[in-house]
Amino acid sequence: MRSVQALAVAVLSVLTISDVSRAAEPKSGGIFRIYHRDSPGSASIHEGATYSVNIPFMPIFNNLVIFDQHIAQNSASTIRPELAESWAWSGDNKTLTFKLRKDVKWHDGKPFTAADVKCTFDMLMGKSQQKFRQNPRKSWYDQVEEVTTNGDYEASFKLKRPQPALLSLLASGYSPVYPCHVSPAEMRTKPIGTGPFKFVEFKANESIKLTKNPDYFKKGLPYLDGIEFTIIPNRSTAILGFVSGKFDMTFPTEVSIPLLKDVKSQDPTAVCVVEPNNVSTNIIINSTAPPFNNLDIRRALALALDRKAFIQIMFEGQGDIGGTMEPAPDGLWAMPKDMLESIPGYGPDVEKNREEARKLMQKAGYGPDKHLQIKVSTRNIAVYRDPAIILIDQIKSIYIDAELDVVDTAQWFPKIARKDYSLGLNLTGNAVDEPDQSFYENYACGSERNYTNYCNKDIEKLFDQQSEETNLDKRKKLVWEIDKKLQEDVARPIIFHARTGTCWKPYVKNVTIMSNSSYNGYRYEDVWLDK
Amino acid sequence: MFAYIVRRLFLMLVTLFGISVIIFVLLRVVPGNIVDILFDAAGFVDPADKANLERELGLSQPIVIQYLHWIGGLLHGDLGYSYVSEKPALEEILPRIPITARLAGLALLFSASIGIPLGVISAVHQGSKLDYALRVVSLSGLSLPSFWLGLLVLMASVSLFGTMPIFNPNPKTWLEAITIYAVPAMAVGFRSAALTMRITRSSMLEILRQDYIRTARAKGASEASVNYHHALKNAVLPVITVIGIEAAFLIGGLIVTETVFNIPGIARFLVEALRWRDYPIVQNLVMFIAVVVVVVNFIVDMLYAAIDPRIRFGD
Repeated sequence: MRSVQALAVAVLSVLTISDVSRAAEPKSGGIFRIYHRDSPGSASIHEGATYSVNIPFMPIFNNLVIFDQHIAQNSASTIRPELAESWAWSGDNKTLTFKLRKDVKWHDGKPFTAADVKCTFDMLMGKSQQKFRQNPRKSWYDQVEEVTTNGDYEASFKLKRPQPALLSLLASGYSPVYPCHVSPAEMRTKPIGTGPFKFVEFKANESIKLTKNPDYFKKGLPYLDGIEFTIIPNRSTAILGFVSGKFDMTFPTEVSIPLLKDVKSQDPTAVCVVEPNNVSTNIIINSTAPPFNNLDIRRALALALDRKAFIQIMFEGQGDIGGTMEPAPDGLWAMPKDMLESIPGYGPDVEKNREEARKLMQKAGYGPDKHLQIKVSTRNIAVYRDPAIILIDQIKSIYIDAELDVVDTAQWFPKIARKDYSLGLNLTGNAVDEPDQSFYENYACGSERNYTNYCNKDIEKLFDQQSEETNLDKRKKLVWEIDKKLQEDVARPIIFHARTGTCWKPYVKNVTIMSNSSYNGYRYEDVWLDK
Repeated sequence: MFAYIVRRLFLMLVTLFGISVIIFVLLRVVPGNIVDILFDAAGFVDPADKANLERELGLSQPIVIQYLHWIGGLLHGDLGYSYVSEKPALEEILPRIPITARLAGLALLFSASIGIPLGVISAVHQGSKLDYALRVVSLSGLSLPSFWLGLLVLMASVSLFGTMPIFNPNPKTWLEAITIYAVPAMAVGFRSAALTMRITRSSMLEILRQDYIRTARAKGASEASVNYHHALKNAVLPVITVIGIEAAFLIGGLIVTETVFNIPGIARFLVEALRWRDYPIVQNLVMFIAVVVVVVNFIVDMLYAAIDPRIRFGD
C-alpha cells in the first residue's frame, strides 16, 4: 500500500513539475490588450512629461542602457545594456563611452549607428538644427558638454564635471534613442524605433496599436504578436472592461486602493500588485507674498500636517511618509526613520506638533479670535482635489480658514508661474529614483519646475557635491542631509508618497511593476500570454 | 412656398455665420490654449518655446486674421490641421460622423418606436393601472441620468453575461455589431422615449376630447381607427417638434453615452478636443453640429406642411 502511495506521489510530483515547466516555457503569439487612461498628446516620448506617453510608446524604442525590466527596484546595479553592448567611465569620471551593437536596424530598415545617438542627445541639449516642440528634460543633460562619436559604433558623453547619475538618467524610459533621419514632427505622429514592437496606428481618443518587430535584434523576442491600447477615459468602464475579459491588464499603476478591492471581488483570479510610484503629494507655498513670506507661518503649516490621516483616508493606510526622496524600502535614498522623525512636523505626536504650530501662529498675530483667511489652489483633478480638502480641514486646527480654489488644468502652470496663489496642493512625479533628477528639477535656483522659486545657494552647493560623489555611502549621507534641510526650510512640504495598484489576468506572464518609478518598466519584449 | 424656403435658407446662412463668430470668439475667451495644455503636461512653462509654438500654430496672429483664415479655409473645404494629432481635421472628423449618426439614428428610432405607441396606449387607457404604470416608466426615463443608466447597463451586463457591450471597430459577430450600438442607443434613447411618450399622451388626450372624434365614434369607426387614424394623425405634430428638438439635443446626451460606452464618435471627440483647446477640431465640429441642428429644424418645419394640410407657409 505504501509503495502505491509513493508511486502516486511520485507521479503527481512529475505531473506538477512538468506542468510548472510547461507554464514557465514562454509561448509566442497573441495580442496583449490594455486599456489606456487617456489619449496622449503625441507619440514622442522625448516631448512628453507623463507616463501616458511612456507606457504605449516605450515598446517601440530602445535606450543605450535600460533598467532591468524584471527587477522592481531601479538602481545603478540593475542597469543593463540595450543598444550599447558595454559602457565605461574614463579615469577622471568625466567621459562615459558606449560601445554600440552592430546588428540593430530601425523599423524602416535603416541601420542604427552612433550618429543616431549623437542626434538624439544633441536635440535634447538644444544643439541641433531640428528642435522638439517641447523639451521637458533638457536639464537632465546640463552637465553634458558634448556627445561625440568614434566611427559608427561608439558614442561618448563628455561631461563638464563627474556625474555618476547620468547612467541612471539614460536608463529611464524617458531616454530612448531616436533616428536621425526622422523629423520630430513625424516622431510625434508615426514614431520609428529599434524596439521590439513597431508602430501601427494611433487614433486619438480611440486606440494605439503596435505590432511585433520580426527583425528585433534580440533573437526570439518579442513573444507577443502585438499590443493594443484601447483609450477609455472613464475609469468605471475601463475596470468593468478588465473584469469582463476585454483587457488582459489594467493601465499600469492606475487602480486606486478602493477600486482594487472591487476588481478582486469581481475577478478573484486577477493578479494585482500595489507599489509605490515615486509620486509625492506636496504643498507649494508662495513665500514671496504675505502671509507665507513669514517663516513662522510656513513652519506652523508644516507642523499642522497629520500625514497618517491623509494616507488612511485616501489609501486605506497604503501610502508612505517621507521627504523629497521616495521612502524606504522601495526608495533608494530615503532618510533613516529616526532622522525623518527629527524633522519638525514628522514626529508621531500630532497634537504636540499642532500645539507648537498654534504658538507660532499666535506669534504671527493669529489666534482663536483672528483666523488667517487663505485659498488653497489646486488642479481640477481628483488626485489633487481630494488631498486639498483634507489639508483645508487639517489647517483649521491652527487658525487657518482656507477655501478650495480649483483651477482648470490649462491655467494651473500659468497661475503658478505668475505667483497668483498663496498655497497650492501639488503632485510631483520622479521618473528616476535619483537625487540629481529630483533636487535639480524641483529645488535648484531658476529651475523651470521649481514652482516656489525656493533658492538656497548653500543647499545648491550640496546638490553639486552629492552629484559628483562616486562613493555611494558618502553620497547617501549627503542626500539625507539635503532632504532634511529642504523639509526644515519648508521648501515644498511633502505630505505623503502614494501607492497604486495594477492588475492583470493570470495568463499574462513576465510583467513587473517598478516600485520606485512609474516611467521605466514598459518595454514588454518578453511578456507573453499563457493561453 | 418658394419664397418662404428661400427666406429660410437665407436665415440659415445668417444663423450659421453668427454661430461661427460666437464659437470662434468664445473659444478664445476661455482661458488657456493648446500651448498651455502641452506645457501643463510637461510641468513647466518655457516662455521662448511657448512663443515659438504659438507662432507655429498661428495663435500669435490677430484674432480677426485667425477667423478669416479659418472661414476662408472652410469655404474651400480646408478645415485645417488638428493641433494635437497634427493630422488634417477633416481626416479626424469624417470617420467619427457615421459612428455618431448611427448611434443617434438608433436612439431616435428607439425613442419614436417606443414613445409614440406607449403614449397612445397611456392616453387611451387614461386613469387605468396601465396608464399609471406607463407614467411611472416615463417619469423614471426623464429622471434617470443617461450616464448612470449606461453604467448600470454595463455593470448588469458584466454581472449577468460576463461581457460588456463597449465599442469594437471590428465586431466578430452580427450580434456584437448590433449590441455595440443598440445598447447605448437604448440607454440614451430612454430619456427621449419618455419625453416622446408624455408629449404623445398629452397631445392625444387633447385630441380625443375633440368633437370630430366623437363624430367618428358615432359613425361606428373602430377604436383602433379612431385612435390611430383620426386622433394620432392630428396629435403627432407636437411629437414631431419634440423629436426634432431631441435630435439636436441628442449630441449633448451622446457625450456622456459615448464616454461611458467608449464609443469613438464625434460627441466624445468634441469634449476631448475642448480639453486640449484643439481649436480646428472644436470649431469645425461645432459648426457641423450647428448645420445639423439648423437643417433638422428646417426639415421639421417642412414636415409640418406635409403632415398637416391646414398649415401653409405664407409669402
